[in-house]
Amino acid sequence: MLILQFVISGLLIGGVYALIAVSSVLIYKSTRIFNFAVGELLALGGLVCYSFVVWWGFPLWLSLLGAMAMAIIIGGSIERLFLRPLLGQPILTIIMATLALSSFLTGLMLIIWSGYTVSFPADLLPGKTIVVGDIVISPELLWALVIVIVAFAILAYFFMKTNTGLKMRAVSEDHELSMSVGINITFIFAIAWIIAVMLGTLSGILLGNRIGLAPTITPLVALRAFPAVIFGGLESIVGAVIGGLTIGIIENVVGGMIDRTFGEATAYIILLLVLIIRPQGLFGLKRIERV
Amino acid sequence: MWRPCGIFDDSYGKDIAVVRTPAQWTILLAALGFLLVLPLFFSGYVVTTVNLIGLSVVSAVGLNILTGMTGQISLGQGAFMAVGAYTLMMLMNHLGLSFWVALPLGVFSSGAMGLFFGLPSLRVKGFYLAMATLAAQFLIPWAIVNFRPDLTGGTSTINISTPSFFGILLSSQQHIYYVIMFFTVATLFLARNLQRSKIGRAFVAIRDNDLAAEIMGIEIFRYKLLSFFICSLCAGLAGCLWALWMGAINVDSFTLHESIWYLGMIIVGGLGSVPGAVFGVIFIRLLELTAQTIGEPLTQFFPDAIRASMTQGLSPMLFGLALFLFLVYEPRGLVHRWEILKNFYRRWPFAY
Repeated sequence: MLILQFVISGLLIGGVYALIAVSSVLIYKSTRIFNFAVGELLALGGLVCYSFVVWWGFPLWLSLLGAMAMAIIIGGSIERLFLRPLLGQPILTIIMATLALSSFLTGLMLIIWSGYTVSFPADLLPGKTIVVGDIVISPELLWALVIVIVAFAILAYFFMKTNTGLKMRAVSEDHELSMSVGINITFIFAIAWIIAVMLGTLSGILLGNRIGLAPTITPLVALRAFPAVIFGGLESIVGAVIGGLTIGIIENVVGGMIDRTFGEATAYIILLLVLIIRPQGLFGLKRIERV
Repeated sequence: MWRPCGIFDDSYGKDIAVVRTPAQWTILLAALGFLLVLPLFFSGYVVTTVNLIGLSVVSAVGLNILTGMTGQISLGQGAFMAVGAYTLMMLMNHLGLSFWVALPLGVFSSGAMGLFFGLPSLRVKGFYLAMATLAAQFLIPWAIVNFRPDLTGGTSTINISTPSFFGILLSSQQHIYYVIMFFTVATLFLARNLQRSKIGRAFVAIRDNDLAAEIMGIEIFRYKLLSFFICSLCAGLAGCLWALWMGAINVDSFTLHESIWYLGMIIVGGLGSVPGAVFGVIFIRLLELTAQTIGEPLTQFFPDAIRASMTQGLSPMLFGLALFLFLVYEPRGLVHRWEILKNFYRRWPFAY
């Protein structure tokens, strides 16, 4: 019965990993950039929302709107200022640019919010702990699951029904082809970054509600979503969701049943194994290379 | 290679020489002489900084061989330094070996760890390899903290005893300076020569296109592993020197943050170039120092509780900004600017 408890709490934390993983995959699919700054963006989004709630005392819905508006500004300006000048550069340059961004954001957050861990007020989200048989489900994890499901539903609608979403899918297939049918791909890049930062903000708020936020520690938690991305496959949004949930469950079950500290390392052990056995992940595309 | 007018290579030895002209010899000997007497004329603070730069150069040169020459991205340099430093500490504190015996063992243990984490390079490259080394960057400190905390000291800081060299106790930064500088100069010398050897050319071929290199008959897996091995040897040496420099080690000194900084140093200096690594390390370390110096007066109007972290935040911010500006405006690094300057001097008053 204990194992079921760990599976369920792993599923719930895995939802947050899945959000982070989807945010990375989204950027990778449309812009061919892997965003190493995803952890910092997440912490930044969470801290912005924290400031709205705690510093200025806004109600939650208004803070959430404010944080999303900030996410749009941040995502748009990152694309325009940081990544647009480096379009078409080799992979090392792109990786280093996102690492530079992560370093820059860490510094910025340390200056604005200082290095201490902050957390949202305990009564941020209503609800009380639910007990089913022997299984205990905490309300903030349930909220996380609800928000994650709603976010994914909106994303699915966006990609299947809206014009911009369809354009984004076209861009992720082929940049030159989409340009030739009249898609403004720099605009699509900006949209991809904005959605990714919004997803990051959302997961930042969920993480902050659960374990608190700190400019230097939170990004490291978010980096545990990278194994989820690799596990599911770099090109697949469904893969990112499944990867996130799997990593969350494995981490929690191993951490709970065997050793808590070993649980933290399992994600990276899985990452190494996937890279050696099946580098493209579960749903990724196999890369064929020509000289 | 450009020659000044009137200088001819009339023997094979002259043709392959790195140091060619009497002027270059003079500059080289003067620079080495200056390094020899530097601690006599400068304060302990300057010597401490130069020591940090020296040991960072060892690590950056190693990373430049792996990332700049072979084109394999590594986010695990900090962790490989930790392997060297912790092996040295455990051998000295638990087995009672002397520093000079533990040093090569620490260096080689780091090399072996590099070989292990270089194994995924058989299947993956580019971004995926960055992920594999990122896993190293998390697993190694995790193992140090959790695996045998009784041996490694877990998260606490562990002192190492002061080594002596033929009866001279290496207790001050001035003494340590000579040890660090010896290894720095030796690493630079070896790296410069590696670059123009068969191995170095194979590395560059792999960087430019690994499939094409394989078709030309270069065993890419062997050379990739060799590159990882050399890089980790340098990282291990730098880690051991770090332990000597600090007199104590803590796992917090070898974080992902540190690995990113080393990557940033070689980008700022110039990828694949030995002098570039030196320029980059000096630039970034001085930037860090500047951030610390201007951080104090800048933040003096804020309450003490947040001043420390504000000052702390300044250096990653400046580092990120500098790295980004270099990526956009001078991706070939400081060493390219240095070449332009040299050519300008050589041809003056003509444009070309």
